[in-house]
Amino acid sequence: MTGTLASSAVPLNSLASVRVVPGRVLGAAAPDLDSHVARNGVLPYDLGTGPLVAEVEAAGLTGRGGAAFPTWRKLLAAAQGQRTVVIANAAESEPASAKDATLLASAPHLVLDGLQLAAAAINAQEAYLYAKDGPALVLAQRALAERQARGVDRTRVRVVVAPQQFVAGEETAVLAGIEGRDALPRDKARLVVEFGLRGRPTLVHNAETLAQLALIARHGARWFRGVGTAGEPGTFLATASAPGAGPVVVEVPYGTPLGELLGLAGLAGPVGAVLVGGYHGGWVPANPGLSLPVSRAALAAWDAAPGAGVVFALPPTACGLDAAARILAYLAEQNARQCAPCFTGLPRLASVAASLAAAGHPGNPGRLAPAGQRVLALPDPALPGELSRLSALVSGRGACHHPDGSVRMLRTALGTFAGDVQAHLDGYCLAGRRH
Amino acid sequence: MNRPEVAADAPARVLHLDWTACAGHGQCAELLPELLRRDELGYPLAVDGGPTRDLPVPPELAAHAERAVSGCPRLALRLINKRA
Repeated sequence: MTGTLASSAVPLNSLASVRVVPGRVLGAAAPDLDSHVARNGVLPYDLGTGPLVAEVEAAGLTGRGGAAFPTWRKLLAAAQGQRTVVIANAAESEPASAKDATLLASAPHLVLDGLQLAAAAINAQEAYLYAKDGPALVLAQRALAERQARGVDRTRVRVVVAPQQFVAGEETAVLAGIEGRDALPRDKARLVVEFGLRGRPTLVHNAETLAQLALIARHGARWFRGVGTAGEPGTFLATASAPGAGPVVVEVPYGTPLGELLGLAGLAGPVGAVLVGGYHGGWVPANPGLSLPVSRAALAAWDAAPGAGVVFALPPTACGLDAAARILAYLAEQNARQCAPCFTGLPRLASVAASLAAAGHPGNPGRLAPAGQRVLALPDPALPGELSRLSALVSGRGACHHPDGSVRMLRTALGTFAGDVQAHLDGYCLAGRRH
Repeated sequence: MNRPEVAADAPARVLHLDWTACAGHGQCAELLPELLRRDELGYPLAVDGGPTRDLPVPPELAAHAERAVSGCPRLALRLINKRA
């Protein structure tokens, strides 16, 4: 069953299987410019930088690409620069995520409105839409052509196709991709808002952040704060999936209990644990995880965060160690081969994790094997310690947070599946025994 | 081991390591053993085993840190002002 997880690395992104529960940004969906304007009103172009930034600050909008950085700070910092650049990032290189493609396909004009507002706010000379190839990009390009023909946009938007690698959506990898180089992260001694695309001050916002910005410009901060929590206002797009189910994109307010989010997504089956925040996220056990509000504040105690809204529900009959090891193997394979601790450490870490995962599996009946069966050697009890040692050598030692996030995913798996770790060291697996 | 304390009124400087440039020559750990040691493959590692990206530099180690910066054959190190 967990095989679906590994094989889902690419197919989850295909739009065909996405079911959508709408909310605000998805509720603003419109296939063409006329219906978009009829539904959402015209683009409020002339707010001015100061009032727009103040409204975004009052709204408390944070980046929806995963880092949750206050949007107004980036806007303000970029607005100080000369010859600035703005980029809508819809690369969505997280395999289990489908929200940016879904948003771009259903509400392309809202994202493009947000891009124009941000461009106006920072007086940008260049604007880009960076998105992976596929049906969503085709629809976005159609929307762009429509806007161009009607003279809507003040800043011309260039489209750059993002490659499929996991790290291609990282902020500095986006710059490299648009500069025509391999879309790999670069060193961050200088901030992107000061020294970004070809050295220019650059504002990179996730596509959903721009859509939320376009709604705040129309409806105001007070409206925006009408849902969500006081500390984390507004809605966010989540992509929910389970082995063999989903992805389903739902829009919910921050603070919505995790179990309710899964329910809205139609993932009603029994849950053993949930990976919250994507492949760099944290595993939380179903109890109390399903009753936890999805917010940074509530998830912090579990070493997890909403991130870009990716949630993956693992049934109790599946092995969490196996799932974590498969994800880690994928993440190790996806490293950018630039930073030594990451490109040497992640594959070693993934290999040890795979040994621990395999120890409890059918090929290895261990000491619980019925009499007469061949009993394989028990795994080395030092495996968990080796995972900790290697993790410390990987985390915090790279240009981007790929090593940190990968280690976080593993660390939370070892905590949430601690009972499974012990069972595997004893040569058996709990997954088949939980029904 | 805890990180060296940095006085509140001291200029907050950090030793930034560009991991995409580092090739593990190890000069930095020779020149700044108070903050850096080498891992089993020779790459720099914070003495406390913590994150090795932006290491706070106490004022009394500023001169050593500057030597480490100029001693790196890959130009992978620089001293930058701490970000807010």
